[in-house]
Amino acid sequence: MTFTLDAVVADRGLDVSLNLGAAETVAILGPNGAGKSTLLSVIAGLIRPDSGTAALDGRPLFHLGGGRVVWTPPHRRGTALLAQEALLFPHLTALDNVAFGPRSAGAGRAAARDAAARWLAEVEATDLAGRRPGELSGGQAQRVAVARALAADPGLLLLDEPMAALDVHAAPLLRRLLKRVLAGRRAIIVTHDVLDAYMLSDTVVVLEAGQIVEQGPTREVLTRPRSRFAAGLAGLNLVPGTVTAAGLLPDPADGGPGGPGAPGAQAAADGPAAAGTELAGRHEDTPVPGQAGVAAFPPSAVSVFPDLPHGSPRNAFAVTVTDLEPHGDQIRVRAGDLAADITPAASADLSLAPGVRAYFVVKAAAVSIYPA
Amino acid sequence: MRRPGGRRHGYSGIPRWVAALAVVAAAFILLPLAAVVARVDWPNFLPLVTSDASLTALGLSLRTAAGSTALCILLGVPLALVLARGEFHGQRLLRSFVLLPLVLPPVVGGIALLYTFGRQGLLGRGLEVAGIQIAFSTTAVVLAQTFVALPFLVVSLEGALRAGGQRYEAVAATLGARPGTVLRRVTLPLVLPGLASGAVLSFARSLGEFGATLTFAGSLQGITRTLPLEIYLQRETDADAAVALSLLLVAVAVIVVGVSYRGPGTPPAMPSRAPSRTPDAEPAEARR
Repeated sequence: MTFTLDAVVADRGLDVSLNLGAAETVAILGPNGAGKSTLLSVIAGLIRPDSGTAALDGRPLFHLGGGRVVWTPPHRRGTALLAQEALLFPHLTALDNVAFGPRSAGAGRAAARDAAARWLAEVEATDLAGRRPGELSGGQAQRVAVARALAADPGLLLLDEPMAALDVHAAPLLRRLLKRVLAGRRAIIVTHDVLDAYMLSDTVVVLEAGQIVEQGPTREVLTRPRSRFAAGLAGLNLVPGTVTAAGLLPDPADGGPGGPGAPGAQAAADGPAAAGTELAGRHEDTPVPGQAGVAAFPPSAVSVFPDLPHGSPRNAFAVTVTDLEPHGDQIRVRAGDLAADITPAASADLSLAPGVRAYFVVKAAAVSIYPA
Repeated sequence: MRRPGGRRHGYSGIPRWVAALAVVAAAFILLPLAAVVARVDWPNFLPLVTSDASLTALGLSLRTAAGSTALCILLGVPLALVLARGEFHGQRLLRSFVLLPLVLPPVVGGIALLYTFGRQGLLGRGLEVAGIQIAFSTTAVVLAQTFVALPFLVVSLEGALRAGGQRYEAVAATLGARPGTVLRRVTLPLVLPGLASGAVLSFARSLGEFGATLTFAGSLQGITRTLPLEIYLQRETDADAAVALSLLLVAVAVIVVGVSYRGPGTPPAMPSRAPSRTPDAEPAEARR
C-alpha cells in the first residue's frame, strides 16, 4: 500500500522521486517556481511528464519513456486535487458540489447526496449545504472544497497551498480541520508555511529548481535543516561548508541556490571576517573532517557591530546590510543570506540601513554544526 | 460583482469633437430605422403582414432559422470545444477558416454551397445517386443559413470557453468525472450564457440570410422564399408590404439584441455572467 513516483518534466526542469506510505502526509516545501505545483499536476494527471513511472497501491498511474507506455487519465487515478482557490462549481449548491465525486463514481443521486451530507457534517459545514459558491466566504468555500475532495474517496489527496488564499482568521480554522481529516490518510500538501508542515505532515520534502534538495521527518528537517530554504522556513541562518575538527570551513563565495539576488551575493561574498577562517561551533555529531556540513544558528544569537570586535572567541561575518524589517518586537537585519535580530534601539544606535557595512557576530556555543 | 459603470464620474475624458462624431454615428444607425417606421402604412400594416405570402414567408423563415440554429448548436459546440480546448497542428488556420463566412459575401457562400451540394457538386453528385437532392429545397435554405450563422456561435462559445478557463474541468476530472461527465455537468453549464447568446445571434443571422439562400436555394414560395427574399420581391411590386415586413424583421432584431446584449461592458459574444472567479466573486464579508 504505497505511492511511488519518478518523474521528469524537462521543460520545467522537474526531476523528482517520491515514496509515500499508506497513511503518510508529506509536505512539499520550496520557493516559488521550484516546481511544486507542477509536481502535483503530474501526479493528478494534468501534466504529462516526459519520462518516469508512478503507481498508487499497485495501480500504475503512468509509465513513460521506455517500455510499454501506460497513461491513466486523471479521472481514474483517485488523486483528488484541492487548490489554493476552492474552485467550487459555481452552478451547483455546496451539497451538489460535494456529491459530484460520488455521482461521478456512479452513485445514484440520493446516495450521493447522503454521502455529501455526511462529508459536509465532517467539515462542520452542514448549514452551508443549500448555498451556492457565490454566497460563501473564502474559508467556507475551502471547507466545502475539502469535503468535496474527501467525498471522492481519493487514494491520494493532493493539496496545493490550500490556506494561501485565506485570510488570517480562516486559515487556522482550515488548518485544524485538515489536521483532523488528514489523520490516517495519505496526502501531499504543497505549502509555503512552516506551520502547515509542522501541524499536518509526517515528512517534509524540500524542492528547489525542480530537484529534491532535502527530505526527512518534519521535525528533523526543520530543526536541522540542510538546505537554505528549509533553514529560512525554520528561521535559522545556514552556512554550508566543510566539517573540520573545531568547526566548519565555509564554502568560498557561496551564492547559494535560492540566494536573494545581487546584493545578497555581494554580502555573501564578503564571507567570514577573515576569509578562509573556520567557523567555530558545537558539533552535533562526531565530526568527520573533510565531510560536507552546515553550520546553523538562529538570528536571535547574532549581534551586530559597526567594527570588528577584538579578543573574543566568536565568529564574525563582514556583511553589507540588505534589508531591515520588523520581526515581533525586534528588528530583523538581513544581509544576503544571513539575518540578525536586534532591538530597535540597537538598530538606531548603529544607524543601520541598506548598504551599510557591519559585522555579524555569533558565539560558538550558539552555532550547531552537522553533516549536510 | 460591482460594475464601475454604475457610478457617476465627474470626468469623462472625451473631447467634444469625438462626442459630436459619436452622435453622427448613432444617428447614421438610428435614422434609417426611423425612416422605415415613418414610411410604414400603419392603417394597412396588419393586413400587409398577415397576407398569405407574408405569413408563408414568415413561417418558413422561423422554421428554417430554428432548424439552422439547432444545426449550429449541434455542430458549433463540438467545433468551439475543439478550438478552445484542443491542441493540434493547424488549429489557428482552422480557426481562421471557420471565421471566413463572417467576412465572405453571402453570394459567394451560396455559390460555394452550390458547388458542394448542387447536382454537379462535390458531394451533390454522390447524394444525387443516393436519391437526395439538396439544392433549391428547404434543406438548402437551412444549410445556407447554417453556413453563414455557424461562426457566430463558434466565436461566442469559444470566447466563453477561453474566458472560463480549464480549472473547473481539471478539478472535476481529479474528482473522478469522465470527460463526458465533465462536459455535461461542468463545461456546458458554465458556458451556458455564452452558448445562449451565440445561439441567439445565430438565429438572428439565419433569419436575415439573403444572398446565400437566393443563390443556393432560389426563391420558391413556401419552399425556399424566406422573409428577406419576400421583402426583396415585394419591394418591386408592393413597396408598402416590403416596408411592413421590414419593420417586422427590425422588431425581431431589436428583441434579439435586447436578449443577447445585457448591460454595458458585456459584448454580445461574451458570457454575460462569467463563472465566479475568486477573489472578485467572494462576498464582501470575506474580504474585509
